[in-house]
Amino acid sequence: MTETPATGPDPAPASTGSAAAQPAEPAEPAEAGPTEAGQAEPGKPAGSRARLTGAVIIQAITQGSSTVITILAIFLALVVGAILIAFSDPVVTKAWSTFFSYPFYALTQTWDSVSFAYSQMFEGAIFNPSTVSAAFHGGSIAAIFYPLSSTCAQATPLILTGLSVAIAFRAGLFNIGAAGQWVGGAIVATWLGFGVSLPPVIHVIVCLIGAFVGGAVIGWFVGFLKARTGAHEVIVTIMLNYVMYDLLSYLLSHPTMLQQPHQTNEIAPFIANDANLAHVGGPPPQVGIGFLIAVAAALAVAWLLSRTTTGFQFRTVGASPSAARTAGINVERSWILVMLLAGGLAGLSAAAVIQGTNTQLTFNSYGTYGPDGITVALLGRARPIGVVLAGLLFGALHVGGTYVEAATLGQVPADIVQVLEGLIVLFVAAPALIRAVFRLRSTAGTGLEAVAKGWNG
Amino acid sequence: MTTLAAAVRAPLTTERRHLAAVTFIVIGLINIAVFGVLAHAGDAAFELSLASASVKIPVIRVPAAPVCYALGAVAVGLGVLRLTVPFSRLAKRLAIVGVLVCFLLSLLCWADAGAIPLNVIIISQGTFTESIPLILGALAGCLCERSGVINIAIEGQLLFGAFTAAIVASAFGGLWVGLVAGSLAGGLVGVLLAVFAISFLTDQIVLGVVLNVLVLGMTDYLYDRLMSQNPNYNTGITFGSLKIPGLSEIPIIGPIFFDSTVFLYITYAAIIVIQVALFHSRWGLRVRAVGEHPTAADTVGISVLWIRYRNVILGGLVAGIGGAYLTIGSVGSFIPDISSGFGYIALAALIFGRWTPLGALGAALLFGFCEEMALVLPTVNPVLPAPIMNMAPYVATIIAVAGLVGKVRPPKADGQPYVKA
Repeated sequence: MTETPATGPDPAPASTGSAAAQPAEPAEPAEAGPTEAGQAEPGKPAGSRARLTGAVIIQAITQGSSTVITILAIFLALVVGAILIAFSDPVVTKAWSTFFSYPFYALTQTWDSVSFAYSQMFEGAIFNPSTVSAAFHGGSIAAIFYPLSSTCAQATPLILTGLSVAIAFRAGLFNIGAAGQWVGGAIVATWLGFGVSLPPVIHVIVCLIGAFVGGAVIGWFVGFLKARTGAHEVIVTIMLNYVMYDLLSYLLSHPTMLQQPHQTNEIAPFIANDANLAHVGGPPPQVGIGFLIAVAAALAVAWLLSRTTTGFQFRTVGASPSAARTAGINVERSWILVMLLAGGLAGLSAAAVIQGTNTQLTFNSYGTYGPDGITVALLGRARPIGVVLAGLLFGALHVGGTYVEAATLGQVPADIVQVLEGLIVLFVAAPALIRAVFRLRSTAGTGLEAVAKGWNG
Repeated sequence: MTTLAAAVRAPLTTERRHLAAVTFIVIGLINIAVFGVLAHAGDAAFELSLASASVKIPVIRVPAAPVCYALGAVAVGLGVLRLTVPFSRLAKRLAIVGVLVCFLLSLLCWADAGAIPLNVIIISQGTFTESIPLILGALAGCLCERSGVINIAIEGQLLFGAFTAAIVASAFGGLWVGLVAGSLAGGLVGVLLAVFAISFLTDQIVLGVVLNVLVLGMTDYLYDRLMSQNPNYNTGITFGSLKIPGLSEIPIIGPIFFDSTVFLYITYAAIIVIQVALFHSRWGLRVRAVGEHPTAADTVGISVLWIRYRNVILGGLVAGIGGAYLTIGSVGSFIPDISSGFGYIALAALIFGRWTPLGALGAALLFGFCEEMALVLPTVNPVLPAPIMNMAPYVATIIAVAGLVGKVRPPKADGQPYVKA
């Protein structure tokens, strides 16, 4: 991402041996610290004492540092996406059918179609130049920031579920269950939101804590089963997702439970006004205080992972459970604790949605936050700052996708964004492919290695 | 090293022995105290033949509560035995199957007590048809993972198979063409998985998740572009039932096993072929060698990468058939996200079944049965609301995984790309 070059494999494996004896090792690098950059470069003659910044940059580009790889991966994904966009445009497909008679016409039509779609996406998600000129002619200045604000709002739940998946990854666990934990948090937040009356600020905090607890309980259960019985977290989380969906459906179809009175749909009452998160940018499609909570959560996770004994234990367990156990770390406790935190973060994501934007829980509220959290965590390389950036990117794509669908009257469907997301993560995960396509010199691994662990982890 | 490993693993294994036994006993007590005591007075009746059958078997009536007590006692007995006597591996697995069967039978007795007769044949047929995509998906995973490539993309393979089968069968009007196309579509996802996992050394979990996202996005997109605008591409034609002459006339067994679509027969064949091939042939020995210890396999001259490529693509072809079942084998028309998590459940069945075809079959059938019960039970005995009944398959899997199976050992090199030193 935009951090310093070369995010190599997790530093923990290398330092486990020496650091195990002294758990709170002070020199542990925070995110992508100097150690890692050093690991990626040694022994490369090309990098011999490159003192000039320019030389470093050129080296990063020619050898493909992780930042460069990510940018190229996004570019390549956009190129593949362009083919889909062109294919969806009947004018373009018609132009191509006469390619041999009018080749330039086909090419210009394709270019127009693709550039229109992508510029609409950009204007919808990041910045629309026309709002600036409008502001000079009496329009609102807030409108300039509207796209960015919506992007941040969309990114909020993605960052939180992304953190949920990422923190579990760091302890060697694959949390497919962010969706179920999300539902757990949403149920508690909703119930506290409309069923309890509390003073304004306290109500918000109680709901947030409730959402955290609701998700954490589900996560804890997964960790508990894994620690006590060895039940694989992948199976348990997948199954719990469906259990939670069914539970939600049950609760939302009974007025004595969570259903809004006099309703036949699966829909809960609106939560109380004083339980809503404050708006920062403006009313709902725009960003609320939930985004700040997400960023704060990312910082907290970063701090936990890099600056505390517990975080060190998580990473050691993630690197090698048997080594961790030999070093005297309570592996089971780490599993339970990390799943509890992962569940809590997914629960907070629910709070951000229920208290921030939707103000009401329906059966479809859980959307795709859970699965998206996995892709966000993977793109962010399971590092908190990376997750925030990946969440922002995906938030922008979501906003841009909806915008472009509306702008092209449904001709370019928003589904295309999902394809783009998949392609980006796929290409980021396969640096070898990017290097082959762009003819970069190969170096030591800078991909997503050692993020997710297999069944043997 | 081995002593260290043993010491490290010791606490879990001693606990496990008690855990399984305790789970047996708890299940037995549920049979007695929940199903037995709460069963309505009266008999539970089971029909063993279809209305159309030529040979009718009289309806079996059993007193519900006493049968539940008896089945519960059997489960408790097995639990006590498990606690006191050391079981062999085979006995352990048989005991698990026995306890589950006791549980399911008392569930049926409880649900049906004093109500209209339950048709066992229909339930069994439903169980099998619900399980087909799960079994084929799990077999696909088995082929991949035994050779050392983690396959989370089963979901994507099913979905793409379902889409392609529907569109090709509709466009060409040929079901068999659709079936082949669906299989090839699964194979195509397999090719992607293989190229990225084996040649580009991509993290296989990341890859699987991403392929699922990609296929979901692509099929949503193509559905929007092609199918929803042109119904001719999604006509909803399906395979009819294919009775096997002679065999399908056998009472009980006939209608369950020999009166179904071609997909069920393909599934039988796939289970048998893959089980035998993996565990009783030189082919399978090589595959497992590659999955357990690729370096050793390479040393004796087995081409690790070729075997992995071949198995991953084969797996994709098998899963593609499972996907084709979802459209042209059952409902006909494709709808977005029609696989709705079947691939992940197949993955769970694979892990639950310890990476063996027969184990995965058992897990998939358990799941299919619970799914079928969730459909059938509310019609006979509306005691439980539908959403709660729908949870049954998932809860059952969690209980089975946590209480009965516990820690499973995957192929040693599963998920590790092989780079020649």
